[in-house]
Amino acid sequence: MEVYLYIALFAPLVGSLFAALFTATPKKMFTGVIASLLIISAFVSSTILLMYILNGGEPVQVEMMTWMATGDLYIPFGFVVDQVSVTMMMVVTLVSSVVHVYSVGYMDHDKGFNRFFSYLSAFVFSMMVLVMSDNFAGLFIGWEGVGLCSWLLIGFWYHKESATWAANEAFIMNRIADLGMLIGLFLIYWNTGTLQYTEAFAAMPGLDTEILAWMGIFLFIGAMGKSAQFPLHTWLADAMEGPTPVSALIHAATMVTAGVYLVVRANPLFDLIPHVGLFIASLGAFVALFAASMALVNRDMKRIIAYSTLSQLGYMFVAAGLGAYWVALFHLMAHAFFKALLFLGAGNVMHAMHDELDPFKMGGLKKPMKWTFIMMTLASVALAGIYPLAGFFSKDLILEVAFVDHHYILYAVLLFTAGLTAFYSFRLVALIFHGEERYKLFGIHPHEAYKYMLIGMSPLLILAIIAGSFKMTYFEMVTALLPATEYHIHSHLTFWIMTIGTQLFVASSIVYAYKKYANNKITVPDGTSKMENSFAYKLLFNQYYIPYIYEEYLVKPYRELSTIFWEQIDLKIVDASVDGIAGIVYGTGEKTRAMQSGNLSTMLKWMVAGTVGLLSLAVVFGLAARYSDEIMAILSGLGV
Amino acid sequence: MEIGLNHYLALSAILFAIGLIGVMRRKNLLLLFLATEILLNSVNVAFAAISHYYGDLTGQMFAFFVIAIAASEVAVGLGLLIVWHKRHGNIDLDNMSTMRG
Repeated sequence: MEVYLYIALFAPLVGSLFAALFTATPKKMFTGVIASLLIISAFVSSTILLMYILNGGEPVQVEMMTWMATGDLYIPFGFVVDQVSVTMMMVVTLVSSVVHVYSVGYMDHDKGFNRFFSYLSAFVFSMMVLVMSDNFAGLFIGWEGVGLCSWLLIGFWYHKESATWAANEAFIMNRIADLGMLIGLFLIYWNTGTLQYTEAFAAMPGLDTEILAWMGIFLFIGAMGKSAQFPLHTWLADAMEGPTPVSALIHAATMVTAGVYLVVRANPLFDLIPHVGLFIASLGAFVALFAASMALVNRDMKRIIAYSTLSQLGYMFVAAGLGAYWVALFHLMAHAFFKALLFLGAGNVMHAMHDELDPFKMGGLKKPMKWTFIMMTLASVALAGIYPLAGFFSKDLILEVAFVDHHYILYAVLLFTAGLTAFYSFRLVALIFHGEERYKLFGIHPHEAYKYMLIGMSPLLILAIIAGSFKMTYFEMVTALLPATEYHIHSHLTFWIMTIGTQLFVASSIVYAYKKYANNKITVPDGTSKMENSFAYKLLFNQYYIPYIYEEYLVKPYRELSTIFWEQIDLKIVDASVDGIAGIVYGTGEKTRAMQSGNLSTMLKWMVAGTVGLLSLAVVFGLAARYSDEIMAILSGLGV
Repeated sequence: MEIGLNHYLALSAILFAIGLIGVMRRKNLLLLFLATEILLNSVNVAFAAISHYYGDLTGQMFAFFVIAIAASEVAVGLGLLIVWHKRHGNIDLDNMSTMRG
């Protein structure tokens, strides 16, 4: 089995390095094809490993080599394939295979075709390191690797000012969170003496609760950055500047779920500190509602889906925070499928509409883009959680978890958010695909995407539909590692009322969204309607003014402070002292260069002067050494 | 009056001072060589005297080394001097300033 582990891990790296060879050359089709094939081979290996684990195989653990061994510190490059990591491996390799195939078509006309595949495969490799590592240090390497690849890919079109800005924003926000994560890792190492998962978790029950709480909090700060939880959420929406396949793979399906994976992986720690778990759950519920509300009014197709991702991450954190780790992981998996599908569909629409993002300028696209229409509608149904698609099984389960654990406020918030989710998803679908063909005003002739792109997307479509049916198989598998709490509502009547009630609520939101946005009266908003001038609309449209507040109260004061430090400290103290030393050297050189007249006679005179000087020094020191006692006596008599 | 170590050392110091002044004052390359020879031999005098004073032959041996090296140095130096004189027609130090910085 180890060979499959190594294939799954290193095939993406080989693909990345291979594509990197051609980054400076014009587009070569085979880089995309070979990178895709290597990712697919990683996917096949992961599938074999999944089958092995499903059939009751022991987790595969390998120690490839020693990374650090100094004193008591021992960190190997160790990898493990157990029930949790194999789930993540499946999600990562499957979605990235689809995205690779899709990108061959999507990046068809891009000058950076080869470079794109190099970055994308490098991302997959980092993500595999992240999920397969058997210690926190390896996880951190992967964590930083995906951060780097995310930066590279958001800023892929680096000639665009907004793209580089968004890339830097994402990177800097993640750095802030990574500092928290590092502190968490240091705390773990100091208190348990190891970074290996199994050993560290085994040592944790013997520790003080306060220390454990700090570990949990700092690890969660790291997770907040990667998973874009409030208040570090602004980067995710701006990250949509990157190419759409990147948004699908990194900013919807895999990287942003790394935070959830971390919490799930560290479940023995979070089980010991339920109060921190409750905080995580509350923050998750808040983010779910907060992000969904921003998605209601946004006029950027990709941003709407990004806020939806944020909201669903909130759901996952509610489940993880309440101790339902397997539920969180299950929603992570289901969400990866339908959200990636939604993003890829949005990519098709963007291509057809010549990079237009405002859904108000589209409308009626269901005729020219029939397959994309079907895929995005089904993905939205899955996202809304309608029976029997994937979202129903995973998202309703989170609602049940909140209900069974008697967190009724969380339950109410999540239920309300489920309605909002349905509304904004179908607002988007209705605006893009139904109603009048408003795009004709802008002189655009939309066309469906390439056949192989659609075929490439189909596995995601199938999984978005049927993923729910794997629930019990999945449950039996992961509960070998995760706490096997089943969430059953005891009374049958309550269960049916809740399920049917939720379904009706969600369905009515969908119908309302269709009614409001699928008609022929929709026009491109021009800022004059009553709704657009209401306070609530402005608040939501401007993302609660949070980017503005960050700019005004964090970025600008920081910039001013930096200017002060630059002008007062750097220029006047640091630079001045360095320049001063250089000035002294220059000055003495300038003054004494007359000595070097080139005249042998003058030089000889200087030589004699030097000899005399050195001789007299030798005499003075010799005398001082000989009569040191007397000199000391005289000096102490003078009171020195 | 018996001639002791101090007399030799005084002679050596006087010779050394004369040599130094010669090195500083002379503009003629040939005379400069002479001044250097005086410097070296003043040291030889001191070596030989101190060696005799302590009854240790090392100093005298060293004086021989100095003489040998001085001889070869003068040989090379004179060779260069003759070449210079052939080229430039003089051996004035003030004209030798091709190494001006």
